[in-house]
Amino acid sequence: MSENLPEAHGASHGTDVATHGDPFADPGLPAHEPRRTDIDERAAKRAERQVSLLFVVSMLATVGFIASYASIDADKIVYIFPLGHVSALNFALGMTLGVALFCIGAGAVHWARTLMSDHELPAERHPIEADDDVRNDVIEQFKTGAAESAFGRRKMIRNTLIGSMALVPLSGVVLLRDLGPLPEKKLLHTGWVEATANKPIKLVNMNTDQPMKPEDIVQGSLTFAKPEGLEESAEDFQQKIAKDALMLIRIAPEDIKDTKSRDKGFEGILAYSKICTHVGCPISLYEQQTHHALCPCHQSTFDLADGARVIFGPAGHPLPQLKITTDEQGFLVATGDFDEPVGPSYWERPR
Amino acid sequence: MSSASGTNSASKPASTRAKPANKAEAAVDWVDGRLGLYSLAKANLRKIFPDHWSFMLGEICLYSFIIIILTGVYLTLFFKPSMAETVYHGTYLPLNGIKMSEAYASTVNISFEVRGGLLIRQIHHWAALVFVAAMFVHMMRVFFTGAFRKPREINWLFGFLLLCLGFFDGFFGYSLPDDLLSGTGIRFMEGAILAVPIVGTYIQMFLFGGEFPGTDIIPRFFTIHVLLIPGIMLGLLVAHLILVFYHKHTQWAGPGKTEKNVVGMPLMPVYMAKAGGFFFLVFGIIAAMSAIATINPVWAYGPYRPDQVSTDAQPDWYMGFAEGLIRFMPGWEISVWGGHTLNLGVFIPLMIFPLVLVAIAVWPFIESWVTGDKREHHILDRPRNAPVRTAFGAAWIALYLVLLVGGGNDLFATHLHMSINTITYAVRVGFFVVPVLTFIVTKRWCLGLQRRDKEKVLHGRESGIIKRLPHGEFVEVHTPLAQKDLHTLTAHEQPQPLELPAETDENGVARKAGVITKTRVKLSEGFYGEGNQIAKPTTEEYHEITSGHGHH
Ligand code: FES
Repeated sequence: MSENLPEAHGASHGTDVATHGDPFADPGLPAHEPRRTDIDERAAKRAERQVSLLFVVSMLATVGFIASYASIDADKIVYIFPLGHVSALNFALGMTLGVALFCIGAGAVHWARTLMSDHELPAERHPIEADDDVRNDVIEQFKTGAAESAFGRRKMIRNTLIGSMALVPLSGVVLLRDLGPLPEKKLLHTGWVEATANKPIKLVNMNTDQPMKPEDIVQGSLTFAKPEGLEESAEDFQQKIAKDALMLIRIAPEDIKDTKSRDKGFEGILAYSKICTHVGCPISLYEQQTHHALCPCHQSTFDLADGARVIFGPAGHPLPQLKITTDEQGFLVATGDFDEPVGPSYWERPR
Repeated sequence: MSSASGTNSASKPASTRAKPANKAEAAVDWVDGRLGLYSLAKANLRKIFPDHWSFMLGEICLYSFIIIILTGVYLTLFFKPSMAETVYHGTYLPLNGIKMSEAYASTVNISFEVRGGLLIRQIHHWAALVFVAAMFVHMMRVFFTGAFRKPREINWLFGFLLLCLGFFDGFFGYSLPDDLLSGTGIRFMEGAILAVPIVGTYIQMFLFGGEFPGTDIIPRFFTIHVLLIPGIMLGLLVAHLILVFYHKHTQWAGPGKTEKNVVGMPLMPVYMAKAGGFFFLVFGIIAAMSAIATINPVWAYGPYRPDQVSTDAQPDWYMGFAEGLIRFMPGWEISVWGGHTLNLGVFIPLMIFPLVLVAIAVWPFIESWVTGDKREHHILDRPRNAPVRTAFGAAWIALYLVLLVGGGNDLFATHLHMSINTITYAVRVGFFVVPVLTFIVTKRWCLGLQRRDKEKVLHGRESGIIKRLPHGEFVEVHTPLAQKDLHTLTAHEQPQPLELPAETDENGVARKAGVITKTRVKLSEGFYGEGNQIAKPTTEEYHEITSGHGHH
């Protein structure tokens, strides 16, 4: 190690380009500077006590952790400034665990920094690359092995081996087939497809579970609806509601700009799919002054007075609209499915 | 394998080794006889580790990963990865009587009924955030100092893969509780998958086991989250560490430090104590953080329903990058090949995301190709001494930040009282402009710093002492630098740009440089050509100026 001290090797050590008298040459490792704890035994003793104290605090904290676990109820809520109302157990366990762990770490680091040797030592590096002898030797061995296998000579074996190795992973891919059904036409239709002119399906209020009459829909409000018969307890409720959910709004008929859209509605009541055509979030924000609906996920904005045209944001096409009317009893019903698939678009989606 | 031991083993011990001094030595001898412990430890027990604060960034990654695994195992003991419907009757009253999945119910249970369960959940989530953040910063450290250069390119790739896997495992974990927020994230993923041309609907059906959301996605994500990805990560991590050990750490230029040595403290005891202790520090801090700061309070969001949404639909910050891409992209949807729909508005962001990442992954190879440098590097570059690399890194970070703003455009809008549309338009422009500006500014800044270094080397440090010369002139006295500082400031290399090969070879036959060679020369010019680095002070310059001072 002594040859790394500045006096021992002069200015030219360490760099390839250094010449004698080069002001930029590497002067070599600086001499070691002792710390206080190296020369003052009292300081060293103090450091020792500090380290031990940290370890003792850790022990106490672990005891505190166990005591908290045993004595604090899981549902106890306390007020702690400035955190607010927090779970007492969570706070006690986390703080005691935190202190127990932190003090071990702090003790160890303090020990290393004050009492363990802080002599910097150099170690040599060796190039990662093998030298030429080893390299040539290995290549020679490999060639011998390859020649003995006759891999290069027996072309038929080689080619069929490559072929079989290339094909065998396909089994793995094929085995994944039963993960799910084929898409077929599943994304094309929603639950409303069951509705026909002879057998219409009632629109049911999502919150009250009651069928609705046109007079229930207030101008400027947003109402959510589902098809009659879709119960929340149904096995596939989640899957159904992901496509069937409707939002109903009422706009003064003369304010509806798109006539086709007006015709699909009933006395200014329009039923749009609630599922955003971007990537499928439910739309929940409605601005009654402008008739704009906003998707909270990526802020696609649809003009409901104009066929739910996209006026801002990343959605690529308007919200599908469901044609509605009333039945003999005056309830709002649908007599068929949406004209186009609801939700995010996909390759097979007709345009 | 002594031949004597076979014949008269009864009378003679097989080994000629001296008797172990104590029980401990005897035990280690036993292990050595089976595993070759001594030869293994010989090289490593006093292995030298250089000390620099930034090396702890990698340690934080490692430790938070261990914490994630420990707490994750605990959580699997209580969590039920099932989408079967159940009605909640637990101690958390606001959700009483509400229909939800087993997954959500068990998460709420862990939070309110399992003692310490909430803490472990919080530690798990906090550690995951710390893990990804530390990987980011660690990677920046490696990038900006050029520590990725030969022989460490493969380790850069391992680290890069760990970052990507960390992203995805974070996303899967976030999705598991099946609360309203995580379900929205899955819906987002479903929409993105559907946007993939041709195979999108098939992948969607196979992944979800049918139409969205079905009942399979949570159990499947669970297996991926706790088994598949962590398994791969563990393998990569071990390989990463073996390589770190094998290559030895890089070090900064300085007196006594060369490309052929490594200067620092030995593994045993100093580094062991520091690194081991640091694990407890990290764990302790994360535990305390989890006691104080609530993260992902799933009970407040409610169970997932596809027709409901909460307003603060935000992913974890590291996915803000993807979120930003998807938010600022215009909704382009085109019709191709007779009635097929190509959803570019979702598909383009989906492709940019990996492309930006891959650009980072291949950087070491681009750089070595441009320099033509085939040597090993163990001395770190100061970022200023590699202006183009530094500028590229800064541009990348700027792009990330722009996208983060895009991903949080609603938050920015409400907090800054600006229109969300304005912010989105600004992000659209910023996506192209900000990285370029950042690149230019950073490069000039680096060159400025290089100039200042040169100034310091040639004229010394300003001492703050003003001296009046006999003829009345005031000058500030500059103290010349010590040789160790002179060395440190001039130790870096300055690669020269490549040159086009001569038009004709030695026989006078015309030789055309191909397009590839030409691009390479152009790029190299861009990296190291005139105006892209400040020439280091030479010995002559130094002597000229210092002797000039003597005449004063
Ligand atoms: S899902 Fe509605 S804007 Fe993205």
